[in-house]
Amino acid sequence: MHRRTLLAGAVLALAVTAAPASAQQRTEIQFWYALGGALGEIVQEQVKRFNESQTRYTVTATYKGSYVETMTGAIAAWRAGNPPHIVQVFEVGTATMMAAGPAIKPVHQLLAEAGITLDPKQYLGGVRGYYSDTEGRLVSMPHNSSSAVMWVNLDALEKAGVQGVPRTWREVRAAAEKIKATGAAPCAVTTAWPTWVMFEQQSAIHNVAMASKANGFGGLDTELQLTQPFFIKHVQFLLDLQRDGLFKYAGRDSAGDALFPSGECAISFNSSAGRARIEREAKFRWASVPLPYHDDVVQSPGIGVIGGASLWVLTARNRTAEEYRGVAEFFRFISRPEQDQWWHQMTGYVPITLAGYEKAKAEGYYEKNPGADAAIIQLSRAEPTPNSSGFRLGGFVEIRNIIQEELEKAFQGQQTAQQAMEAANRRGNAVLRAFERANRS
Amino acid sequence: MRRRVIFSEKGLPYLLLAPQLAITFVFFFWPAGQAIWFSFLRQDAFGIRTVFVGLENFVALFEDPLYLGAIWTTVVFSFWVTLLSMAVALGLAVAADRHIRGATTYKTLLIWPYAIAPAVAAVLWIFLVHPDIGVFGRLMNRIGIAWDYKLNGAQAMLVVILASAWNQIPYNFLFFLAGLQSIPRSVLEAAAIDGAGPQRRFWTVVFPLLSPTTFFLLVVNIVFAFFGTFGVIDALTKGGPAKATETLIYKAYIDGRVNLDLGSSSAQSVVLMLAVIVLTAIQFRFIERKVHY
Repeated sequence: MHRRTLLAGAVLALAVTAAPASAQQRTEIQFWYALGGALGEIVQEQVKRFNESQTRYTVTATYKGSYVETMTGAIAAWRAGNPPHIVQVFEVGTATMMAAGPAIKPVHQLLAEAGITLDPKQYLGGVRGYYSDTEGRLVSMPHNSSSAVMWVNLDALEKAGVQGVPRTWREVRAAAEKIKATGAAPCAVTTAWPTWVMFEQQSAIHNVAMASKANGFGGLDTELQLTQPFFIKHVQFLLDLQRDGLFKYAGRDSAGDALFPSGECAISFNSSAGRARIEREAKFRWASVPLPYHDDVVQSPGIGVIGGASLWVLTARNRTAEEYRGVAEFFRFISRPEQDQWWHQMTGYVPITLAGYEKAKAEGYYEKNPGADAAIIQLSRAEPTPNSSGFRLGGFVEIRNIIQEELEKAFQGQQTAQQAMEAANRRGNAVLRAFERANRS
Repeated sequence: MRRRVIFSEKGLPYLLLAPQLAITFVFFFWPAGQAIWFSFLRQDAFGIRTVFVGLENFVALFEDPLYLGAIWTTVVFSFWVTLLSMAVALGLAVAADRHIRGATTYKTLLIWPYAIAPAVAAVLWIFLVHPDIGVFGRLMNRIGIAWDYKLNGAQAMLVVILASAWNQIPYNFLFFLAGLQSIPRSVLEAAAIDGAGPQRRFWTVVFPLLSPTTFFLLVVNIVFAFFGTFGVIDALTKGGPAKATETLIYKAYIDGRVNLDLGSSSAQSVVLMLAVIVLTAIQFRFIERKVHY
């Protein structure tokens, strides 16, 4: 009796351990990502789609906090010898990752070793350029690319009697004055990501270089050029808006996200990927349009620059070829036109492939969703220039924060636009020099 | 000949000590040693290229006006957090020490906030003071006070001081209450018979007798303000606006974890380590002598 129970128990135990054994044949791929909320759910869905599409690999996606937390977490994990296979790094971290040599496996090399060919030309130019080396080979995998757009509350504009959606900064100011005068919204204008929107995007649109050596693409000895008249003019424009009670500084990075969908501010500047959240939360009619420009600086706006993140492949001593192959397969999967189109339409990020864009267009997505192509228009409406290809600045996270800090001091009234840009330039260049020294090989 | 008590088994005492020593080594000496070693190095983010630079990180630190600014911010912040949390806690403890109805409930309620992690406490404070979604924040803006701690440095400092002090009050309250209850009734009664009023009894009898507790709490609170308030600052202001609330510990985090400059961050940790050693030594050597036990 006793023996029989024991035997049955042993058989049961065997069966239990045998069951996952077949599942374990799937190679596990760790993927750390940094998108929370509505976007994070779509990342999980994207991974699920891949896992269900084949039987050899299981990608496990883990949310690791903000972009900064995810990146520094992955670096710490690499130093400790146990990094994830794939990590999502925001575009600001690109220079740091590219300088990381043995820590990363460039995507073109990964694909070559796995015997998979992905033509770099299938990716949108602005997306491809940001993540390629000087020979035009992909170093990281485009994943979620956006551009900054202007979000407008159409109900508030109508209430304020504003005709049409503003296209220039002059028109934005005029609209803001009407919004304030009529009380159509508690706050007229705000922005998220102050540095990205007001410096990086604006410099690209107005074809002004933010840093020498083609914004850092030409070498580590690049220098910031924030004291140019254009930046001072634009900061002064924002300071004047704020002084007149038309602009609300909502804080750094994504701190301003909530003010638009809540209806607090009638006009906001934010990533096109704000779409998922705005669709879910906003209880008013809204639209997204390309960013405004200064019509006394340029006659027509140039093209903007992308933001968002790409996927980097990290090395580890015990990585097998099969694991790398799984990563390559995942990259091939998310580059498929139908997957890319789905990602684009769910999130508001721009399609990373031309085929994905064509597919969305052919199915009439942009006619049904006016404004969903605002970012794409902004990224393709003119000829690319060296100032719209992106930024490759070491310590860019710190430089963005420095610019935000000096802006804050100017908004507090502690310094003028000129002083703010001089201080930001001086402190930012110190960061560039420190990066140059630490990464000189 | 002196008789000594010696265990016959020589290995056992060492074995029993081993876990504690191992924990001390792994969690204290090893990381501290690493910080000291890293403070002499310059590395890229991944630690692939490492150069020994001697004292360069320290020199750069003390030449940086922003670092000197962070020292001043820390002094101001710690002073107010310590003063506020100890003064309020003492007041509450004196009030709770009286014979009042429901004293136990009252005491329990006062201790509750200590169970809240600083980061969670900070989120609760956001719902109170945020200019757009906070209850008090909106109220103040409605009655015409321009309240925006996201942009106003002084207001930001006020918010992080209040949130940190609030979080620390229950701890101080507990110790003050215990201290008050250990003061002999007979001393107080004697003072009362001699004609001393409640005010005078407090300042001449209770307060001096409480001084060991006060001294202990002073040390603990300063250390808390230096090192334990990271969560509050990170969740509420992230050191901003324009560095108004960037304390030394927060700067060490930003430079190390966000800006990926491990050399400078380690040098800052070493400076903090030295500051704590010096502070503790001064406090125990000089202040302790004057404390009335």
